[in-house]
Amino acid sequence: MQVSINVNGKQVHEEIEDRMLLVHFLRDQLLLRGTHWGCDTSNCGTCVVWLDGEPVKSCTVLTAMADGHEVRTVEGLEQDGKLDPVQQGFMECHGLQCGFCTPGMMMTARALLDRNPDPSESEIREAISGQICRCTGYATIVRSIRWAAVHEASSEGATL
Amino acid sequence: MTTLETRQTEFVNNDKKPVGYGRMLRKEDPRLIRGQGNFVDDVQLPGMLHMAILRSPVAHAKITSIDTSAAAALPGVVAVVTGADLAAQGLAWMPTLSNDVQAVLATDKVRFQGQEVAFAVAESRYIARDAIELIDVDYEILAPVIDSRRALDADAPVIRDDLKDKTNNHCFDWETGDAAATQAVFDRADVVVKQEIVYPRVHPAPMETCGAVAKVDPVDGQLTLWCTSQAPHAHRTVYALVAGLPEHKIRIIAPDIGGGFGNKVPIYPGYVCAIVAALVTGKPVKWMEDRSENLVSTGFARDYIMQGEIAATKEGKILAVRTHVLADHGAFNGTAAPIKYPAGFFGVFTGSYDLEAAYCSMTAVYTNKAPGGVAYACSFRITEAVYLVERMVDCLAYELMMDPAELRLKNFIKPEQFPYTTKTGWVYDSGEYERAMRLSMKIAGYDELRKEQVEKRARGELMGIGVAFFTEAVGAGPRKDMDILGLGMADGCELRVHPTGKAVVRLSVKSQGQGHETTFAQIVSEELGIPPQDIMVLEGDTDNTPFGLGTYGSRSTPVSGAAAALVSRKVRDKAQIIASGMLEVSVADLEWEKGSFHVKGDASKSVTIQEIAFKAYGAGDLPEGIEGGLEAQICYNPSNLTYPFGAYICVVDIDPGTAQVKVRRFIAVDDCGTRINEMIIEGQVHGGLTDGIGMALMEMIAFDEDGNCLSSSLMDYLIPTALECPDWETGSTVTPSPHHPIGAKGIGESATVGSPPAIVNAVVDALKPFGIRHADMPLTPSRVWETMQGRHVPSV
Repeated sequence: MQVSINVNGKQVHEEIEDRMLLVHFLRDQLLLRGTHWGCDTSNCGTCVVWLDGEPVKSCTVLTAMADGHEVRTVEGLEQDGKLDPVQQGFMECHGLQCGFCTPGMMMTARALLDRNPDPSESEIREAISGQICRCTGYATIVRSIRWAAVHEASSEGATL
Repeated sequence: MTTLETRQTEFVNNDKKPVGYGRMLRKEDPRLIRGQGNFVDDVQLPGMLHMAILRSPVAHAKITSIDTSAAAALPGVVAVVTGADLAAQGLAWMPTLSNDVQAVLATDKVRFQGQEVAFAVAESRYIARDAIELIDVDYEILAPVIDSRRALDADAPVIRDDLKDKTNNHCFDWETGDAAATQAVFDRADVVVKQEIVYPRVHPAPMETCGAVAKVDPVDGQLTLWCTSQAPHAHRTVYALVAGLPEHKIRIIAPDIGGGFGNKVPIYPGYVCAIVAALVTGKPVKWMEDRSENLVSTGFARDYIMQGEIAATKEGKILAVRTHVLADHGAFNGTAAPIKYPAGFFGVFTGSYDLEAAYCSMTAVYTNKAPGGVAYACSFRITEAVYLVERMVDCLAYELMMDPAELRLKNFIKPEQFPYTTKTGWVYDSGEYERAMRLSMKIAGYDELRKEQVEKRARGELMGIGVAFFTEAVGAGPRKDMDILGLGMADGCELRVHPTGKAVVRLSVKSQGQGHETTFAQIVSEELGIPPQDIMVLEGDTDNTPFGLGTYGSRSTPVSGAAAALVSRKVRDKAQIIASGMLEVSVADLEWEKGSFHVKGDASKSVTIQEIAFKAYGAGDLPEGIEGGLEAQICYNPSNLTYPFGAYICVVDIDPGTAQVKVRRFIAVDDCGTRINEMIIEGQVHGGLTDGIGMALMEMIAFDEDGNCLSSSLMDYLIPTALECPDWETGSTVTPSPHHPIGAKGIGESATVGSPPAIVNAVVDALKPFGIRHADMPLTPSRVWETMQGRHVPSV
């Protein structure tokens, strides 16, 4: 079937197999390999992308369901050569180790900060609780997202 | 310079830019936070095909027939291969890292649920999956051996009838220590406490599953294998030995690895199948296992049933520890361990205590479960050893009605006793245990916590405080004693300083997230004074790095970290001779200050390492006998292991109504010797503490009586999320290793080793009002509830 999807602000028209999962469409067909795949059962969240502004687990979304909709991936976080404060925060606060869960974590973090610019530690933990990180123990991810919140508030985030 | 490199330099060039050790942002992060990492599944080659593996649905069965015709006829399918096809090429079996053999694809029978039976290669992932659904296998079901306690029963079915004359399920026996001396001590002890302690089967479950892309050059036969490997060089040699491929025509590339934790040490049948698929089809072939395949078939961890015994005086002087262990090794002995150490380094079960005697005997058995054994940040079975001794010390504290911290303080090996030879023959290099314990108690506010606990108990609330102290033995190892499949555990390192003073260091190890690109640049930087930003770290590609055994058992910093420091010193020695020519003084008249040599007594006459580098490659003569260039290589053979240690305190609250355990606080004081990058060390500790919560409270690979794996997805195999983890509290002491060139000891697995006993000790402490002395992991609400009702809950 044919799909037409806005991916990171660009309209793409692609021929796909009906059953193709969104994660495979992004990775194998569009070669956007920042979105990872980790379970199959929507437990791990390495595959989180945005569908119309909401984080979804792309391993359990059919590409067909995204037809006519907007998808944003980790590759769409950096704007005009400027890192998103969330990306900076993850580097500054050691919010990643192997980096496999990181794109999904950052997409969820971005969505959280968009609706709640000043989240508490427990709100952050709740927001990322559908995602698994096997390396960091989460404390540094919480700090990373707080870093982004603080630097966005003071607009320092835009300088790097 | 590409844009990305420019950005990376700018970003790392922040206000904290150490030359050498210190907090520094990671060099690997700029690509990873942009989604620009390169993991195995990101590798796409022209004409690449996809492979999927058909696995056994049952634990033990004879294969009576396999019909692949329907699969082969499916449009898009390129090849379907069975065990019989491999057997015809002599490839149906492969050696494991413990000198056992393992089926690549089953030929005679299947021996665990999830075992590899056949594979299909197709033009897409989806078609390959469709194809394996069409393979028709007839099985004649055999009785399985699931309970390791029944594996040696006279009527137990023999799993390994592939082994000549095998008439039972015995895998190996092993012992350490002095049985008679230990018995004598137990005979005269005031107090003897016995406790069965089960360390259930768990799984490292890295976020990235295992996989490979195999490519064979049709002209020269060169095999390139992109692979999720923690030990690319060891893998290359094993492929050469097994498949008869010439070693110089095998190139293993371990690109970015999405977590390993030991899961990516073994060679799995899937890798071999991918290579065969590439040979058969003449095309590159990708294989990525799915999560279920990862959980049911790849390297598990633990699965020890330990009979613990501890002997002491009534005043609380611990005299001896003794244990018998029943070890479940699954269907094939796939443990990655040195030949002399079939139980890994379990011999350090004497812990951090000054004992009079110790003895361990072990029986390992085969069962109809997946192979594995050394994985999940276990430091070669030290997790099991530390868990045993730290639980036994708490059981003793319970019987003596002593405070567990006080009991430990009373029995620690004292600083002046190092180097300390344990009763099982391990030479602990250094330690200041009491200092670490007291610091941990201070951060925790230990006395106040005990007061709070008394008040809460009076109100019927369940609060527990768990103490654990561990000593690890990492950095394997001296090659005279330690090997993997006969390959000595020494590691090479090469360093080249380019004419402009930038450098590249090549290592045999392989990061799976530990930050090697940063840490190793800092080690070289500390030795040579070249900024870490100017040093590129290369690893994971066997064509471009020196031989060595890879990253596991927390060995990267202890072994390759030493190699990196020593190779830098070799370069510095040469630089000194070149500098003596440049400054026209004798070598002895030069003094090193990080980054430059100057004439003694005249700091104005100096040359920087960058100037020396240019001279080394430049025009004009060098001092007599000195070759041009500024580079060196070494192979580091550790003289001993290193012995990191730590003092952990965990505070839990248990809901009396639901038996839900909440870890309220966790204090970890670690001593890993010299600290290279605080930020990375803290990250390593945090990750390991989270593993501890997983194992202690939720993770277990369980089986039903038919051998069905009940933990085959992340819905059933629970891993901690942000909600179960507290905000970790860390502290440190520094006791440098006396024999390590920079005094570093390794940190990668410390917290995974030390945290499970701290958490279990806390839960058991909380349950003290119920008269509970021990409860087996995982301490899920249902299991804690049963324990509170006084019912025994076996964990396997």
